[in-house]
Amino acid sequence: MTSRPMPQVADSAVLSGVRADFPIFRREFGGRPLVYLDSGATSQKPDVVIEAVAEHLRSHNANVHRGVYALAQEADAAYDGARRRVAAFTGADPQTTIFTKNVTEAINLVAYSWGRANIAAGDAVLITQAEHHANLVPWQMLCRERSAELRYLEVDDHGELSLDALDSELARGDVKLVAFTHVSNVLGTINPVAEMTERIRAAGAVSLVDGAQAVPQMPVDLGSLGADFYGWTGHKALGPTGVGVLHGRRELLEQMEPFLTGGDMIASVDFHTASWNELPYKFEAGTPPIAEAVGLGAAVDYLSALGMERVRAHDQALTAYMLERLAEIPGLRVAGPPDAERRGGLVSFTIEGMHPHDIAELADRGGVCIRAGHHCAQPLMRCLGVSATARASVGVYNEPADIDALVEALIRGREVFGL
Amino acid sequence: MDDLYRDYILDHYKQPRNFGELDPHDLEALEHNPLCGDELGVHIRVKDGRIEDLRFHGHGCAISQASASIASEELKGMELSEVEGLGADWMIELLGIPVSATRRKCALLNLKVVRGAVSGDHAWPT
Repeated sequence: MTSRPMPQVADSAVLSGVRADFPIFRREFGGRPLVYLDSGATSQKPDVVIEAVAEHLRSHNANVHRGVYALAQEADAAYDGARRRVAAFTGADPQTTIFTKNVTEAINLVAYSWGRANIAAGDAVLITQAEHHANLVPWQMLCRERSAELRYLEVDDHGELSLDALDSELARGDVKLVAFTHVSNVLGTINPVAEMTERIRAAGAVSLVDGAQAVPQMPVDLGSLGADFYGWTGHKALGPTGVGVLHGRRELLEQMEPFLTGGDMIASVDFHTASWNELPYKFEAGTPPIAEAVGLGAAVDYLSALGMERVRAHDQALTAYMLERLAEIPGLRVAGPPDAERRGGLVSFTIEGMHPHDIAELADRGGVCIRAGHHCAQPLMRCLGVSATARASVGVYNEPADIDALVEALIRGREVFGL
Repeated sequence: MDDLYRDYILDHYKQPRNFGELDPHDLEALEHNPLCGDELGVHIRVKDGRIEDLRFHGHGCAISQASASIASEELKGMELSEVEGLGADWMIELLGIPVSATRRKCALLNLKVVRGAVSGDHAWPT
């Protein structure tokens, strides 16, 4: 037996009683309670969100922005009310807060509408090696189409970017846009967004930040982050799937042509011409995800009631505990910053002699849900020298016992493999 | 004992048969599993319309590596026309373990590679 004391989690930081709000945790898998450590892929949903969606569909359903009858006005109020709450949650203006399908669509909107008007041959787009394919492939496509250059900021051995490297890239004078993630979905690294956007703005370039992993986990105030475009998605933030958010700087959004075109985004249409509706509707063609937006409104209310400072403290305490406990497992290597203060609530790892898919399969034997694969970040996998990693990520409903279950399952998994 | 990770599966995973390069070879192919980015390639030497010898190379999970290793022993000596007709059931039966829907591609990657090399058919075996 080892005499090493059991790591202690900072109990005061961990949220308690939250799990009871999430009905999925009443389910069992193979006679065991669900241990869900895959919130980085999608979060579970509290009763208030499920009920808000159901109640909207049950009692307030009508199309928006078209009906004059009382029911349609209720739907309008619910949809635009959700937008106001979502905008307030991130310190944004509702008029520059656009509902999209997800963050992928938010980024594609910018690549298409802003990118095609502003990126020309000889220009450069700068992204990082740690980007999710959603914040990589749209820029590849744009640069290929425009004969522009796509360049990458490197991440170091601790998964961090260098501000000096950003400065030297910007000093080359050809960078028109810098797109980067707020929190890496593989490394967990929290990037210094405000420091980066300040430099980018000073160099006359535009910034786009992928906030998919950040908004659910920490206070995000767009005013202090200074990003020109900031996208995130509802389903990772306790909301339903099918609704994402793009916040944009007003001057940029006003100059941009629409992305998708059709109903609701026009002011008037003639046989050969059309003019565009005001913000944010110019970018919301067709019937939007109404019930989903209402659900997201309920989700941000729920998160606000918990308090995002407390959510961050909770995630950080569990991540610190997870890093400590994972260190007990022989052959386990963690990617990204060694210290929980510098990361969001996720840990990617490999175990010598076991493929990540087998790790995830064996974790599932213990009722533990973790992700394995390239996490839609294949270029980053190549930088890390692996084809895949296993990833455990936490949410507001996780408890230290979930981490213990993971560690136990990994130890048993190693035994199955004869390690 | 674990249903999936049986002793013979882990044995093939840890000591895969017919892995490496084969030079010279007549046929080759390389395929990826989009789920995890794993890659598997094959070199095949043909004689009299049969697979005389073959070698797999690449990296993957226990299921994909063991499947390739187990299949390689059956494929040696098989007529090319027979290889073209092999379907997913052949591989799953040969493997002898309950493969879940999500791990099916891991088990079938080797057959996809071999069929790609033999017939240029790059579809997933059904």
